[in-house]
Amino acid sequence: MFSLDLLRDAVVLGLLLGCFYAAVSVGLSISFGLLDVPQVAHPAFLVLASYGVYLCNDWYDIDPLLAGLLISPLFFVIGLITYRLYYETFERRGSDAAVRGIAFFFGVAFIIEVLIILQFGVDQRSVSAAYIGKAWRLGDLRIPMRQLVAFAVALALTISLATYLSKTFMGRAIRAVAQDEEGLRLMGANPVRVKQFAFGIATAVLGIAGALLIIVAPVDPTLDRVYIGRTFCVVVMAGLGSITGTLAAALILGVAESIVLTMFGASWAPAISFALLLGVLAVRPQGLLGR
Amino acid sequence: MNRRNVFGLGIAITMLGFAWGASAEEAPIKIGMSMPQTGALAGGGKASLLGIEIWRDDVNAKGGLLGRKVQLVVYDDKSSPAETPAIYAKLLDVDKVDLVFAPYGTVPTAPVLPLVKQRGLLLMGNFSFQVNSKVHHDMWFNNAPWGPADSWATGFLTLGKKAGGKTMALLSADQEFAQNLATTARAVAKKLDLPIVFDQAYPPSTAEFSSIIRGLNAAKPDIIFVASYPPDSAAILRAVNEIGVGDNVKIFGGAMVGLQFAAVMESMGSLLNGVVNYNTWLPEPSMHFDGTKEFFEKYTKRAVEAKVDPLGYYIAPYGYAMGQMIEQAVQATKSLDHKALAKYLRENEHKTIVGTIAYAEDGEWKESATLEAQFRGIKDKNIDQFRSSGKQVILFPEKLKTGDLVTPFEAARK
Repeated sequence: MFSLDLLRDAVVLGLLLGCFYAAVSVGLSISFGLLDVPQVAHPAFLVLASYGVYLCNDWYDIDPLLAGLLISPLFFVIGLITYRLYYETFERRGSDAAVRGIAFFFGVAFIIEVLIILQFGVDQRSVSAAYIGKAWRLGDLRIPMRQLVAFAVALALTISLATYLSKTFMGRAIRAVAQDEEGLRLMGANPVRVKQFAFGIATAVLGIAGALLIIVAPVDPTLDRVYIGRTFCVVVMAGLGSITGTLAAALILGVAESIVLTMFGASWAPAISFALLLGVLAVRPQGLLGR
Repeated sequence: MNRRNVFGLGIAITMLGFAWGASAEEAPIKIGMSMPQTGALAGGGKASLLGIEIWRDDVNAKGGLLGRKVQLVVYDDKSSPAETPAIYAKLLDVDKVDLVFAPYGTVPTAPVLPLVKQRGLLLMGNFSFQVNSKVHHDMWFNNAPWGPADSWATGFLTLGKKAGGKTMALLSADQEFAQNLATTARAVAKKLDLPIVFDQAYPPSTAEFSSIIRGLNAAKPDIIFVASYPPDSAAILRAVNEIGVGDNVKIFGGAMVGLQFAAVMESMGSLLNGVVNYNTWLPEPSMHFDGTKEFFEKYTKRAVEAKVDPLGYYIAPYGYAMGQMIEQAVQATKSLDHKALAKYLRENEHKTIVGTIAYAEDGEWKESATLEAQFRGIKDKNIDQFRSSGKQVILFPEKLKTGDLVTPFEAARK
């Protein structure tokens, strides 16, 4: 059935969902898009972060968003260590690093999943906060507060990262290493350290993204499998390394999914992300805002 | 014979005695199974295994079966149907197990059934749904209270119709188990003359349900039947709480897997109020049989250490009951012959901690004991409240009923 009210609701809910997708993909946009690291463990780190947020909320009753901020430095350090391990064992050794790196990161993802199961069991976990489970009424439209929070935080996160990468010295160094690693080396900078720092930032962002993940829905140890396709789809559709492109691609995906879910049937929803990806790549092979 | 020879002979006789004693201690009866310990079905798999282990310890404490101890040989199938055929081939050909139990769940069991049928073996099913409907194995006995295929939908939709429902919506996971249920729900709806005004199957990767619930509301159904899997049930319920379903809805729920597990119930808390959902065992007065209380005393102690569902109502007592049925069959036939055991299981009633069980021709329970119960007066963050009666009032079937439906759904939620 078609009605303008339904379409309006679908677009609003889709925009909120899209911002959430942007938040969970933006770290991958740095690690995979800018640094060319095949970070297939990105969703596993995301789920790990959501369990960290769960612990803070369950033990100390800390607000999930604040908990996400608190664990971000820890994830920054985890990112530094992971990249150094990847660099020493794969990247510095040869041209097939990417292929072997995929195996490495798949292994990391598997280890994270098993560790979560050993520590927390296989049950779903969720957090409590004043804004979870409530809705904001706007006429006859009811918008879930958790989605509004995710929308606002995701927007702030994406804008902050885009500003950091374009306005600060380190941000520009990260973009430089993505474009011409050798050129950066000739300028006297150490590209490996720059990449390590960037990978740390990409992982630190997951602290906040993990908080949004568990705010939006309960999590379980295998949830990373649901997000691996979506996050890579958003990053490639955006244009590798483009942060604003990531936001745009995620919004398009969110709105398209929501319209399909509301008006055409849920069975079609998984095909949407990849159909959009193929469509965009056919017209613009470099992605929406890629160079 | 000198003194040294006498000493040597003494040692030899002693050693022979030890060897004789060792051979007199017969090898254990091996029961093999795969069980999901990781993956989507692990929550139920772990609880089921604990129930079976408690039975094993109880039966071994009584001296075992046929004078032999019972030993379980268990492998993790990772909730994957791709793993189970190889595991069961190994159990039968390498581990040489005497009997086999099926893994928890429909999907991992489906590829095992043709294998055991080909070999002419008895298989005790473990909460599968209609896996034998096409295979027609005559030595399959499903350890689950479902009974006839349409029992889930019949209970729920009959309650909805009695409450004044005239139309229904069907929301189901796009996955075999939920789709089997959806098929029976459509057939029952037709029989009860309930037009289906919304019928959607959502993919397992669906992250957010607000849009689907909004679309469902637009169809204005009186009855909402949901057949969902654990990761989705909580998300659906949350979306329903935020978006609402309208005052016309008489009854909501039906077949939401996950709302039987303690962790989900605790985290959902008051959001559960009003939902009518299926279950298999609940701490209501009509559900206590011989040994039930003792089983849960043991389970509650061991669940903490095993990091499994602390309540264990949904599946753990059925794991124990599965052992009880095999125990009764082996004791009665004094044999491990699969055909003799199958004949006994088919022709007799079996008293277990979940009630008296009798099997129909297709290996399902003759009579359904699938409960439809309504959550009432649930508070947030309190797991112990679910140990009391009155929190999940049984509405169906009639013989186990402990209360009446509170309707409409929006009123029941308050």
